[in-house]
Amino acid sequence: MIWNPDAETADRKDMRQHQIESLRSLVEMVYNNVPFYRKKFDDAGIKPEDIVTLEDIQKLPFTTKSELRETYPYGLVASSKKDIVEVHASSGTTGTPVVDAYTEKDIDIWSDAMARTLAMAGATHKDIIQNAYGYGLFTGGLGVHYGTRRLGAQIVPISAGNTAKQIAVMKDFGTTILTCTPSYSLYLAEAAKDMGVDFRDLPLKAGCFGAEPWSNNMRNEIEEKLNLSAHDIYGLTEIIGPGVASECSEKNGLHINEDYFYPEIIDPETGEVLPEGEKGELVFTTLTRTGTPIIRYRTRDITYLFRDRCSCGRTTVKMHRLYGRNDDMMIIRGVNVFPSQIEDILVNIEGTEPHYQIILNRGEKHLDEIEIQVEVEESFFSDETKVLENLRNKISETIKSKLGINGIIKLVEPRSIARSEGKAKRVIDNRIL
Amino acid sequence: MTINQISVFLENKSGRLADVTKVLADGNINLRAMTIADTADFGILRLIVNNPDKAAQILEENGFTIRITKVLGIEIDDKPGGLHKIMELFKENGLNIEYLYASLENKNQKAVVIFKVEDVNLGLKIIESNSLVAISGKDL
Repeated sequence: MIWNPDAETADRKDMRQHQIESLRSLVEMVYNNVPFYRKKFDDAGIKPEDIVTLEDIQKLPFTTKSELRETYPYGLVASSKKDIVEVHASSGTTGTPVVDAYTEKDIDIWSDAMARTLAMAGATHKDIIQNAYGYGLFTGGLGVHYGTRRLGAQIVPISAGNTAKQIAVMKDFGTTILTCTPSYSLYLAEAAKDMGVDFRDLPLKAGCFGAEPWSNNMRNEIEEKLNLSAHDIYGLTEIIGPGVASECSEKNGLHINEDYFYPEIIDPETGEVLPEGEKGELVFTTLTRTGTPIIRYRTRDITYLFRDRCSCGRTTVKMHRLYGRNDDMMIIRGVNVFPSQIEDILVNIEGTEPHYQIILNRGEKHLDEIEIQVEVEESFFSDETKVLENLRNKISETIKSKLGINGIIKLVEPRSIARSEGKAKRVIDNRIL
Repeated sequence: MTINQISVFLENKSGRLADVTKVLADGNINLRAMTIADTADFGILRLIVNNPDKAAQILEENGFTIRITKVLGIEIDDKPGGLHKIMELFKENGLNIEYLYASLENKNQKAVVIFKVEDVNLGLKIIESNSLVAISGKDL
């Protein structure tokens, strides 16, 4: 089922017309209502009336994640505060969180985009959707919730975690669609097996999996183990949350809800816009949002855009599944972590050298594991194991409390981590996605 | 009289111990006592050698992380209760032991046990006042 045929099967010309009209009102609105954008446009010598065609979007300056932090909490709100009805925020592990403020209209857009997403995975009003994304400031939980309500399906708002209960609920309530991170779905499969529950006996038919990178190999495994159709969904807090793009039954690229979120691919070095089919950094402009609209947000995600005659009948532009990122951010069990944060912690712990290496693995239980190899400071070395074990525990506890991740800390010999000239290779990602 | 023990930090990776023994063999160092304290991901090799200064120097030159610690080598009777006698003395005097291990030495019905104690000076006092025999590195 196509939830919103007017938008999702629109004629190219009509879509472009809608996009340029939306873009012009957007630019007008942010220029008038958000001092941050006014200053940026003024500095770039751009006035709202300079935006005439869709291609004129290239004249507008980019917005970066650090700018979103600098304007925390309400610096980018384009509507009157009384019109903001909800806020969400990124995990903020990298420092200041990024805030997304929603007006009633934004919630309406989000609900529609998520209803489309669920429908793309085959959901209808008859389905029972078990939402194992976390509810809270994280966008995953409520995004799926609103989409399910819009669709008229039944929501099971179980939120993340509590694996045994997830399985019991799935069985007892007759869940037909599961939403969670892809790695958690495999974890559920293992747990179900231990509990003697066979997915072939359950009415599950599809899953919407996102919030972390995964591959077609992992899809095959999920589909086999959970006996369902696994769909990749893409979104980010800065834009709206989930609902930006998702896979239809064809599973060949993610349809972007381009009437709401205008995509561009740029050369990350030059900022120049690349033609469809060329790989580069994904950039989004929220064409119709009014709470915290974003102009040309640099996602740091690498992909390319393409159009095909999709068998599902949708005409919206597609993005290939993500290839990776062009910064060093790691996504570990849904938590965003930069190597520099780990470095900051190590520098402040006596007995360690700021020489370290991070090794990412997807462990036996299909969950991400982070191993941090840390060089012991020569003068700190002891003939007693307890001294070194205390050091290791201290590192592990500090990382847990500051970054919210459970790292496996491995102390290694001084000078044993390869030094490289220029930028050190800090992260080795062995995760088979 | 104390002994200079050399501790070597060993990452838990295959061949690392062989790297140490090669350096010592090439430097003509004779091992008199040793033990490895191991944890899940690293080990500490503790060595008593005939020439600790030279051993320390060549290990460092070869990039090993080492530490020199003063330990006690005490001669005990090589018969049942031999070690217990020392333990009773330490207990009576409130001397805590961090770890201990046996040496390869065994002459005249005597064994030598290496003790790392919390307070070396107290250990030496106990040795002296009870007429125990402390072994120097050279004697081993």
